[in-house]
Amino acid sequence: MDGQGLAAAASHKPTETREAVVIRFAGDSGDGIQLTGAQFTAASAAVGNDTATFPDFPAEIRAPAGTLAGVSGYQLHFSSRDILTPGDRADVLVVMNPAALAAHRRWLQRNGVLIANRDAFTSKNLAMAGYAADPLSDGTLDEYQLFCVDLSRLTGDALQDLGLSSKEVERCKNYFALGLVFWLFERKPDLVLREIDQKFASKPILREANLRVFRAGWDYGENTELFRIRYRVPAASDIAPGRYRSISGNEATALGLVAASQKAGLALFYGSYPITPASDILHYLAGYKEFGVRTFQAEDEIAAVCAAIGASFGNQLGVTATSGPGIALKSEAIGLAVMTELPLVIVDVQRGGPSTGLPTKTEQADLLQALYGRNGECPVAVLAIQSPADAFACAYEACRIAVQYRVPVLLLSDGSIANGAEPWRIPDAAALPAIDPALLDSAEALNGEPLQPYARDPETLARPWIKLGVAGLEHRIGGIEKWDKTGHISYDAANHHAMVKLRQAKVDAIAKTLPPSAVTGPDSGDLLVVTWGSPWGSALTAVLELQAEGKSVAHLQLRWLSPLPADVGDILGRYKRVLVPEINNGQLVKVLRAAYAMDCQGYQRIAGQPLTVGELKAAIVEHLPA
Amino acid sequence: MTAPAPVALKPKDFQTDQDVRWCPGCGDYAILAAVQRALAKQGVPGHLIATVAGIGCSSRFPYYMNTFGFHSIHGRAPAIATGLKIARPDLQIWMATGDGDSLSIGGNHFIHLLRRNVDIKVLLFNNRIYGLTKGQYSPTSEFGKKTKSTPYGSVDHPFKPAAVAVGAEAGFVGRFIDVDAKVGAEVLAAAAAYKGTAFIEIYQNCNIFNDGAWDHLAVKEVRAEQTILLEHGQPMLFGANRDKGVRLVGTRPQVFQLGHDGLGIGDAWVHDAHDADPVRAFLLARMEGPEFPTPMGVLRSVQRPAYDELINAQVAEVAARKPADLQKLLDGPHPWLVG
Ligand SMILES: Cc1ncc(C[n+]2csc(CCOP(=O)(O)OP(=O)(O)O)c2C)c(N)n1
Ligand code: SF4
Ligand SMILES: [Mg+2]
Repeated sequence: MDGQGLAAAASHKPTETREAVVIRFAGDSGDGIQLTGAQFTAASAAVGNDTATFPDFPAEIRAPAGTLAGVSGYQLHFSSRDILTPGDRADVLVVMNPAALAAHRRWLQRNGVLIANRDAFTSKNLAMAGYAADPLSDGTLDEYQLFCVDLSRLTGDALQDLGLSSKEVERCKNYFALGLVFWLFERKPDLVLREIDQKFASKPILREANLRVFRAGWDYGENTELFRIRYRVPAASDIAPGRYRSISGNEATALGLVAASQKAGLALFYGSYPITPASDILHYLAGYKEFGVRTFQAEDEIAAVCAAIGASFGNQLGVTATSGPGIALKSEAIGLAVMTELPLVIVDVQRGGPSTGLPTKTEQADLLQALYGRNGECPVAVLAIQSPADAFACAYEACRIAVQYRVPVLLLSDGSIANGAEPWRIPDAAALPAIDPALLDSAEALNGEPLQPYARDPETLARPWIKLGVAGLEHRIGGIEKWDKTGHISYDAANHHAMVKLRQAKVDAIAKTLPPSAVTGPDSGDLLVVTWGSPWGSALTAVLELQAEGKSVAHLQLRWLSPLPADVGDILGRYKRVLVPEINNGQLVKVLRAAYAMDCQGYQRIAGQPLTVGELKAAIVEHLPA
Repeated sequence: MTAPAPVALKPKDFQTDQDVRWCPGCGDYAILAAVQRALAKQGVPGHLIATVAGIGCSSRFPYYMNTFGFHSIHGRAPAIATGLKIARPDLQIWMATGDGDSLSIGGNHFIHLLRRNVDIKVLLFNNRIYGLTKGQYSPTSEFGKKTKSTPYGSVDHPFKPAAVAVGAEAGFVGRFIDVDAKVGAEVLAAAAAYKGTAFIEIYQNCNIFNDGAWDHLAVKEVRAEQTILLEHGQPMLFGANRDKGVRLVGTRPQVFQLGHDGLGIGDAWVHDAHDADPVRAFLLARMEGPEFPTPMGVLRSVQRPAYDELINAQVAEVAARKPADLQKLLDGPHPWLVG
């Protein structure tokens, strides 16, 4: 079968042009929803749309089929304009069974397109989803444009003569749905066809089956009376020129770490213990051995961070990543890295908490843990990623600061960033900023003076990173308080006071190198929205829309949370109100109030979901001064 | 990694300018001296050695060794040493730890270090007590032991560290008593030469909180009767007059008197330190008084590939056949152009 045939086949149906569309796929975890969504995303990026995605899946790997617990969702926003979020609500919802409808219906716009796999609406499945009557026929879905498709039966029809088992047939049905929505949105099928070719190269019969089913879905759209129009979302025209690729936050994090290690000329040592939603970073890095990456799957999170500290002592770039529960386990060791003043990068891909919480859902409730969650005065540098593509630059920056300042740097990501994907303008590897580890690597540099492991660089206050294995540089470090410069054990009261201040001053010194904070909107005015992490996209979109409506609002995104940039206090003071939306119980708002003694207001929704543009607009309007 | 040619060194070369702060009379002094002598004899200079420790009296060890040193946090030395060894396979790594450090808080790291067989020499100072925290019972304290935290006697069943090690797939298990410089030198030399995790249990006297914990086998008068020095390929004989032997009846060790019941040297269990099957090593690791002499020396020395070598070999192997093109990695499989 050739894809050209499909793409070129002139449709006899009219086309309506839309600026942007949000589509959401929902079905059983076993229905291939994530794959279907990813393929639709790739095809949208390929025609030049801007895209942003939000996978929304359950903690259970395969909860019993048909149950609410087993529903997996994938939302994609594709647009002819630059977009910052995966979209508040879906224009199109594709549901593979009643449970998917029950769980995801609330995300569908009024009058949105609802495509349902009617074959799955059996009395058994309806009962499992909690429906007393069939919603496809009882009128309860009248507020949507409902399209009932016999997806399973049509898939079976297309495969009749192939002699496949009913299970194998059932597994193909997501390609029917994909073919149909490809037709509906004029996506080019060639990427999907190529992927089917590759994926089933060794199983010609399944290759044939999936190709046929995809085509059947496409033809169904074209040939039945059910669908009267197709939609067109033209290529985006306001995107900065350059080379792009689609990337998830976890992959971008992994790439940022590798790129930094390459630029620094240091081997990357990555210690980790699997945990959702951070594990993919380990999976990616384990495949990059040609770049000298050592991945160490440790026995627990404590071992993972300790091994990274050991590697840093041994002059490699020590990195560890986990989620909130793992950070809790690592805290004592992070303190050791603070005391020994070794470079270390710790990535926290936040998820719903406390305890096991909501492992697959997003939240940003680890900010205070990152800033303060250790024994003693234990300052580390903290920065936060704002979107999937931003993860590269943040991971790179975290490594640069860790190496240059010999401090642990805690990089905050979250579930929506980690698994969400968007186009990323690929940087020129040769033009990435230099990272100079400036190892102390010979005894000659001491000019006959005794080695001082805690001597200070006057600018950064960093101590030397001493090369191991070099005669004359033998030295000992540890977690006990030490004299500055000599690094010998010290229980002296005045020295401890000085060292506590010094370790904080070292982190504070980073602020001197930060660029001025960039506010989007007027320099001063009625209200400033301040966000950190993933609410960036929704908050900025909300502010831009309100600006267009004539409101005096501006937005500030804080990438650095420790240290806070030097100009933040001034900026906050220039607005009548400050609003801080977060997916936690009000953490940054506490930090800002404490730091600047200002009456900042918070907005919170802690529901395991990204904040929406709509709710933020409403919150901002509510807080605007009369 | 090829070993550098040995150089002429003295134990003094491994001493630091730090005041040693163990209690006078503590067994740790003898162990420090034994290790410094063994390192001098081995001829690897201090700058090619790193000493890593957790927390405890014993874990102060790195401060007193003129090598690269890391005094870390309680129980985590195995993990820190593992990261260091992967990063720096060129360094010889010695780890100092206590019975609490390795078998309580660090138990998880300890067993995984042995399972992976990272090339690290582990000195476990077993004084059967928590020294640094002033005398609580430890996971090697005997059942019923009265300590500050067990005024009515401990109801905890103790570990036998060497048996834990064998159970965790240790390839090298050695043992000596702090006061026994001769056996100490032998075991340390064997551990130094071993590639992989070399686990050494050292019976150490804490004269402040658990004085005499090993007297029943350590004091000169009884040592020959209460311990047995293992030698590879030799029958297991012991006693001041070497008139007793250990034989195996099925899987049960038994002590016998030479010349009695028709039993002679030929009946004694011949020690095979290189036996790949760990069953006999496990039996040895569990043998103790009063029924048996406690084995000293090298209980087990079986080679298998070291983890740090394997992980680095894999990196080298992939790097040799795949070019490291950063731009290509950033580009991914499907980049596209805008504008
Ligand atoms: C996280 C943590 N918990 C508890 C302690 C207190 N602590 C320090 S050493 C130690 C036990 C030491 O016993 P052992 O490992 O046998 O060493 P020894 O002092 O006997 O040589 C304890 C409980 C600590 N330092 N850190
Ligand atoms: S308390 Fe015991 S183990 Fe610690 S230094 Fe003193 S004698 Fe040695
Ligand atoms: Mg002890």
